Amino acid sequence: MLTDQEREEIEAELPHYPRKQALCIEALKVVQRHRGWVDDEALRDVGGFLEMTEHEVDSVATFYNLIYRRKVGRNVIHLCDSVSCWVMGCDRICEHLKNSLGIEIGETSDDGRFTLLPIPCLGDCDKAPSMMIGRELFSDLTPEKVDEILRSRK
Amino acid sequence: MEKPLTEHIQPGEPPLDLAAYERTGGYEALRDALRSMEPREVTRIVEDSKLRGRGGAGFFTGMKWSFVPMGENAPREKYFVCNADEMEPGTFKDRYLMECNPHLLLEGMILGAFAIQAPTGYIFLRAEYHKSEEVLAHAIREAREAGFLGKNILDSGFDHDIHLHTSAGRYICGEETALLNALEGRRAIPRAKPPFPPVVGLWGKPTIVNNVETLCNIPPIVRNGADWFKGLGLSEEAGTKLYGVSGRVNRPGMWELPLGTPLREIIEEHAGGMREGYRFRGVIPGGASTDFLVEEHLDLPMDFASVQKAGSRLGTGTMIVLDDRTCPVGMVLNLERFFARESCGWCTPCRDGLPWVEKILEDIERGGGREDDLGLLQEHSKFLGPGRTFCAFAPGAVEPLQSALKYFEEDFRRHFDGKGCPYHPQPAAAR
Repeated sequence: MLTDQEREEIEAELPHYPRKQALCIEALKVVQRHRGWVDDEALRDVGGFLEMTEHEVDSVATFYNLIYRRKVGRNVIHLCDSVSCWVMGCDRICEHLKNSLGIEIGETSDDGRFTLLPIPCLGDCDKAPSMMIGRELFSDLTPEKVDEILRSRK
Repeated sequence: MEKPLTEHIQPGEPPLDLAAYERTGGYEALRDALRSMEPREVTRIVEDSKLRGRGGAGFFTGMKWSFVPMGENAPREKYFVCNADEMEPGTFKDRYLMECNPHLLLEGMILGAFAIQAPTGYIFLRAEYHKSEEVLAHAIREAREAGFLGKNILDSGFDHDIHLHTSAGRYICGEETALLNALEGRRAIPRAKPPFPPVVGLWGKPTIVNNVETLCNIPPIVRNGADWFKGLGLSEEAGTKLYGVSGRVNRPGMWELPLGTPLREIIEEHAGGMREGYRFRGVIPGGASTDFLVEEHLDLPMDFASVQKAGSRLGTGTMIVLDDRTCPVGMVLNLERFFARESCGWCTPCRDGLPWVEKILEDIERGGGREDDLGLLQEHSKFLGPGRTFCAFAPGAVEPLQSALKYFEEDFRRHFDGKGCPYHPQPAAAR
């Protein structure tokens, strides 16, 4: 069941669309914001509200890379690996992140603090390499800067 | 030099709020249009201005608007959508406009909506642009409170409201029909065309989808006229353009310059030339899905026609520079890996062809490449090209590949002979 809070946040968007199924992506984002990721129960909850089957909702959820269908860490690191960041050395940053966290891309650290995922171009190319954690963007990355950022995150 | 898109932006300062925007003449074009113009007249000015879409395809904006059914028998539900899904690798221009002068975009959207008589508008914003989201949401509230959005705008009888839709990722959402599916809450698969969105779009209703930079040009065009706009370009083409440069140059960044500014001037003057110790080898002129240009093209005017004549596309106008210490094969591998990952999977050539291209390139980089691979890659750039796939994604994906094969063939061969990458022999961690 959706919580009252989740339902309220989804319903706030209802007047903006002529059909409520249009809210599918928004509803998934709302649920993910509260629960951290979208498990099968979340699919059923969203589906129940939007009059869609669990599988219809899943077909949408699995398309979008920012809807997490697996449990993620408290901080999801989205490291840009597109061309400008590549030219400016994002591979080196990626190796540094993997070594520091002891994980590969797509994995979550044992302490549940970090998940490492790639992301297409963050539109920060003049300050490459870049990454995003939560709503925050980090530019002109160096291994030292990455260490500092990791330390500051609980 | 006139800079209608950025003249009022102070880098480092907070975005222009409604009062600051109005002090720069903001919303005057909208007031004029609602007071004294017919919707069709607005479309006509934009047609006359020869404004071409700044999102990458370069279609004439006014012509697009003119395809929308008008008059009493036209559907009453129509939609005006801003494509703010900026995700073309190497592109960072729309973000700047949205985060610095959001009302310019809103005014452009309202004018466009008035021209096609659409009561509802959406901004389709990529999920990762959190600051843009905050700035736009605030600007929309301000515009509503001031009566520039809502019922009976400025007592004109025209109703329009704009909703901000934030996406959940995937590059393909920038394709306008995939974007419409995403707005409807579906998987972002491109639609069959025709019919085109101006006739059958969002929920089957006439819909215009325009890029952020395109729409930011509308208020100044309506205010100053089509001839003024045409006079801004250096070549035959009209207006200014946000050009960007990233890569190993001294001053990566973005500048509003007359359309048709030469490539050399952009790279050498504005971007400050190559960093010490690096030489220019080539450039992808307009985001990931455009063909490489090389040294012989440096004097090319960067406008739609000239770049096309040189075998590439102006695209988004934000270029990525390849230097002499970066492997062209590695760069193309990075691009094709991106495209393989982002393919929506709907049509076979794209879904299966791009991962194949990626694997071949990977193999070459690792030293497993063979002479035959060149032919195989050529074949892929042909069979994933225009007319062979469901949408323009795969044809765009093979543009950097086919041009790399043309200009950097020697580099491919050096990988075969040396059994590995001559540029990056050590693992990534050591670079």
